[in-house]
Amino acid sequence: MADYAVQARKSAGGGLTRFLYNTFIRNLSAKIAATPMMATVLVVFVGCTLWTVWYSFTNSRLLPTGEFVGFDQYRRLFATSRWNTSVNNLVIYGSFSLVFTLVFGFILAVLMDQKIRFESAFRTIMLYPFALSFIVTGLVWQWIMNPTLGLQGTMRNMGWANFTFDWLNNPRMVLYALLIAGLWQGVGFVMVLMLAGLRSVDDEIWKAARVDGIPTWRTYVSIVLPMMRGVFVTAVVLVGSGIVRLYDLVVAMTDGGPGISSEVPAKYVYNYMFGAGNIAQGLAASTMMLITVLIIIVPWAYLEFGGKGRRS
Amino acid sequence: MKRFAVVAAMATAFLGSTAIHAAELEVTHWWTSAGEAAAVAEFARVFEEETGHTWVDSALGGSGTGANPVIISRIIGGDPMGATQMNTGRDAEELIQAGLMRDLTDIAEEMNISEFYVDQSLLEPCTYEGRIYCFPINIHSWDWLWLSTAAYETIGQPVPTTWDEYVASWPALQEAGILPFGLATGWPFAGIPGVLLAGIGGSDLIIAINRDKDVEAVRSPEFREVAEALDGIRQVVSPETMVPAFADVGNQLLEGEAAGNIHGDWLQGDLQIAGGVPGEDYECLPALGLNDQLTGGGDAFYFPVLPEGTDPAVIEAQTELARILISPEAQLAFNLKKGSMPIRTDIDLSQANACMQKALVLLENGLLPSGDFALSSDTQQQLQDLNIEFLGDDSITVDAYIERYASIIESAD
Repeated sequence: MADYAVQARKSAGGGLTRFLYNTFIRNLSAKIAATPMMATVLVVFVGCTLWTVWYSFTNSRLLPTGEFVGFDQYRRLFATSRWNTSVNNLVIYGSFSLVFTLVFGFILAVLMDQKIRFESAFRTIMLYPFALSFIVTGLVWQWIMNPTLGLQGTMRNMGWANFTFDWLNNPRMVLYALLIAGLWQGVGFVMVLMLAGLRSVDDEIWKAARVDGIPTWRTYVSIVLPMMRGVFVTAVVLVGSGIVRLYDLVVAMTDGGPGISSEVPAKYVYNYMFGAGNIAQGLAASTMMLITVLIIIVPWAYLEFGGKGRRS
Repeated sequence: MKRFAVVAAMATAFLGSTAIHAAELEVTHWWTSAGEAAAVAEFARVFEEETGHTWVDSALGGSGTGANPVIISRIIGGDPMGATQMNTGRDAEELIQAGLMRDLTDIAEEMNISEFYVDQSLLEPCTYEGRIYCFPINIHSWDWLWLSTAAYETIGQPVPTTWDEYVASWPALQEAGILPFGLATGWPFAGIPGVLLAGIGGSDLIIAINRDKDVEAVRSPEFREVAEALDGIRQVVSPETMVPAFADVGNQLLEGEAAGNIHGDWLQGDLQIAGGVPGEDYECLPALGLNDQLTGGGDAFYFPVLPEGTDPAVIEAQTELARILISPEAQLAFNLKKGSMPIRTDIDLSQANACMQKALVLLENGLLPSGDFALSSDTQQQLQDLNIEFLGDDSITVDAYIERYASIIESAD
């Protein structure tokens, strides 16, 4: 490495040489180490994404062999009521899920943070649902919410003859039934993230706030919360990506029913790609999912990483 | 050097002779209900007894909607099974065109299959450019109305003999607290509109819509009757009364908790296993008691092309399985358990029960083109989405249903 550096210093006058040196030679071992990862990213992520977008403009059926047909698949997609319902459902489920997961996660973390006894036991209990897959979560809640076998049946057998809890069979409430199961599964994880964030706040800050006579809740809201920005961003990204790919919970719990009232976009993609053997239609739908994610991620990434040197 | 050559030749000969010994053949299918499992076990039994090969059973859950994608993606993904069941129809069309399925024409000619196949139209979906790529192994029909004898005893009425009498009995059934129409969640509903189309709409209508994709036929008064019948079913079915699997509806019928159900003839396999006797515990009305023809579908076996370097014994096992599946012995054993009709004309079906006997009479009038046969999987999926939405959402009117049905048929292929 040393003689490269000497060479570079010798030719320091030429901007191009320095550029080439910086691009290819500097930190050579690090660059070699990163090459497999870069190749994977380019081929698997970028390459497959472009492939997906391209074939969504064709009339491919079971195999990707179709001809270019312009926006036909998209026209059909947005004329399909099942797709439109799916998108609506995802927006409703997504906004509730994001807000409630973060709020409950934070509140639980704050409660945990009160130096309570058996904290690790509580933490384990809260985190346990996260160890279950969405399929298992969905099946468990399907049984709990089943009107004849589950909670409603039990309460009626105990004497409350008018007790009604039939959200799974109610087209208007079924999304909230999914939400309950989703929250039960996801809140514990966010709580643990937040708890780690809370613990990373310096004790000196707490002491200073106490000296100034600031009430505890105020310290949390105005001082600790802004300091946990990084943890929040991580939590939002994790919860958000979980929402967009929501699929297995729906399949296990409702299979899109009653009717089509709990359909979600990922399920549409799967059904049309594999069940109906219409790849192009499925890819058009998944491209729309990608665009949705980009619309959310790009402005955020710009704020976070854009404007070089402004932050960090 | 010479000695080495001899040894090598002997070794190859030795290897060659052992290679054709018993092989393991993986067979995928989605026959998982009690009646279906009993039927497929017959195939496995005959195959193992006759050939000495091993049938490796890979039953897949989720029926056509769940298992079909798994089968197709395994074949496309380069991990083909030895043989697979699929519905006779257009689901595997592109796999055949892409050369992923084994050409069975030689076996077909050797067995002279055109001699004994009940209806040549069954072979149409298996034929591509004059070659044969699959063997239909049974004929299934969705076109059955199953009625519970017990339920009609309870309300003191005779068991209906047509769809119209059945519909007329609904109010009395509801008064007695009996479900007029039992239904399982998910795919079982998807077959019902086609049954109404064949039964109420009649042969001409279903040919015009399914085969000729005639949009005007969808807007005709005959189709309106079909849509109204579907609307009628929607009125008496609710999510609270639906059961998880179609076999549960069979139990509801035997217990007299539900009075009727439209479902394919494979329901009969489960009714029999549960101890039901046709004519005593349940009645069956083919084509809703209205039409004299049935829509035909069924199952076919496909043999994917295996990758280079596969043990020749496995390929030999494929050939032998193909022969056995359509042999008289296996056909009889399988179809009696499955409740479906065999594809051979030369089988003595005197053992078949009363319902199958009724079907055999109708079969002589020729098969009608079911959705499976005539419509691409894409179109079928769109119709299924529409039907499920219609069932779940009372705000969709019959008119809106007809219009949307028409627009799907318009773009159908």
